Amino acid sequence: MKYSFSFLVVIALALIAGVGSQIPGMGYFFGVVIPYLAFAVFLGGIIWRIMYWAKSPVPFSIQTTRGQAKSLDFIKHSRLGAPDTNAEVVGRMALEVLTFRPLFYNTKSELREGPKITYESSKWLWLFAIVFHYSFLVILLRHLRLFLDPVPFWVGWVEFWDGLLQVGAPTWYITDVTLLLAVALLFFRRLVNRHVRYLSLMNDYFPLILIFSIALTGILMRYMLRSDIVNIKELLIGLVTLHPVIHGHIGAIFYIHITFVSVLLVCFPFSKLMHMGGVFLSPTLNMRNNTRAVRHINPWNDPNIKPHSYAEYEDEFRESMIENGIAVEKGLPPKEEPAEAETGKKAEE
Amino acid sequence: MYNKGLIVPGLIILVLLVTFPFWFDAFSATKSTDPTVEPPPGGEQHCIYPADEMRAEHMVILNEWRDDVLRNGNRGTVTVDGKVYGKGLQLACMKCHTNKEEFCDRCHTYASVTPYCWDCHLTPTQQKAGLKEAN
Repeated sequence: MKYSFSFLVVIALALIAGVGSQIPGMGYFFGVVIPYLAFAVFLGGIIWRIMYWAKSPVPFSIQTTRGQAKSLDFIKHSRLGAPDTNAEVVGRMALEVLTFRPLFYNTKSELREGPKITYESSKWLWLFAIVFHYSFLVILLRHLRLFLDPVPFWVGWVEFWDGLLQVGAPTWYITDVTLLLAVALLFFRRLVNRHVRYLSLMNDYFPLILIFSIALTGILMRYMLRSDIVNIKELLIGLVTLHPVIHGHIGAIFYIHITFVSVLLVCFPFSKLMHMGGVFLSPTLNMRNNTRAVRHINPWNDPNIKPHSYAEYEDEFRESMIENGIAVEKGLPPKEEPAEAETGKKAEE
Repeated sequence: MYNKGLIVPGLIILVLLVTFPFWFDAFSATKSTDPTVEPPPGGEQHCIYPADEMRAEHMVILNEWRDDVLRNGNRGTVTVDGKVYGKGLQLACMKCHTNKEEFCDRCHTYASVTPYCWDCHLTPTQQKAGLKEAN
């Protein structure tokens, strides 16, 4: 149900953009107004979300460790497993962001005959994820040729290496195939793997289906339902130079593609896709693992509330504690106490 | 807001990256390219398909011709409206569109397309120069 609804939304979007853009005059709405709105929401949303996160205090030092923290000299310190300095934190963060290390250490737990649980390494998620993300990056860089004029030389390099196989004309890009494959595998992983299927919600399925549809419409536009690329580039250059114009005829497939992208941009700051910014802000990754050397002070602490040790606490409440039969570390002062108690008794009598 | 010293530069980097095409096009020093093409100097009005279709589909047609001629050995001709075209870039296209630099390259440079036609084929200007050298 959760994934069929995602499919329905994508089909509805395709119909709205495909049919709507063919109504005379509506090309401007789908090609200019919606992309601008989406970009504004995307940029504003990301800034808002990061500011919102930055307002949260981090009450505990909660880094994850993947190795021995810095300790005595004769104990080997794992620099990238438990960073002690800022440079090491940057190193570990780079490793996580560029190589997806947590996914590489992913394990699968299974119950085997009898109540025996086994853990084994499971690298599929890491493989699909890394293929997906790097394909997406290359595709984004390739798209710069439609937004930049004149096109810088390095965009040409990206295109050259991506189209290296020289299959067909226009040449097939390697990343087109790998992206579709990786998204499809990430999607079927959610269906096939029982644990993940149980956890998956619509906001897990929807981005996958939307990204798959974006890639599919892009591929259709390049290889099957072609429009004149010059008209398309003139519109996109118009968008980024703030003088949008639509010359000639642009096919419905382009408007479907750009509407999908706009929806992805709008969803971005409010969905799991924000892990792009969130990975840099996760306290488990961006803190130093130096709790033995440095005291982490909760930024929430009210400076007027002074530390109150147990010894001080007992001093304050010793009498009541003894009265109520609570064990104390230090008894009442021996001399004054009995006298006081006796006088109290007498007074009562 | 905590860690302003890191959050603010991080956000600035993000905004600069995301808006890269906006400021690249605004501050780019080099002249922008012009995709307007030169019509055939001979004054021909009709290609094998209407202009819109040719703009979108010419690479597919050329690829099919290439496969037909080189892989299937089928060097037949194409007849459209009584006019006979040989299957090939130099046999058909360049007969009318004689100026590669003012015709092919205009859009290709604009859209950053680098077809590998010219790895093997010669442009009419190269052909002339080559003939002179041979003589």
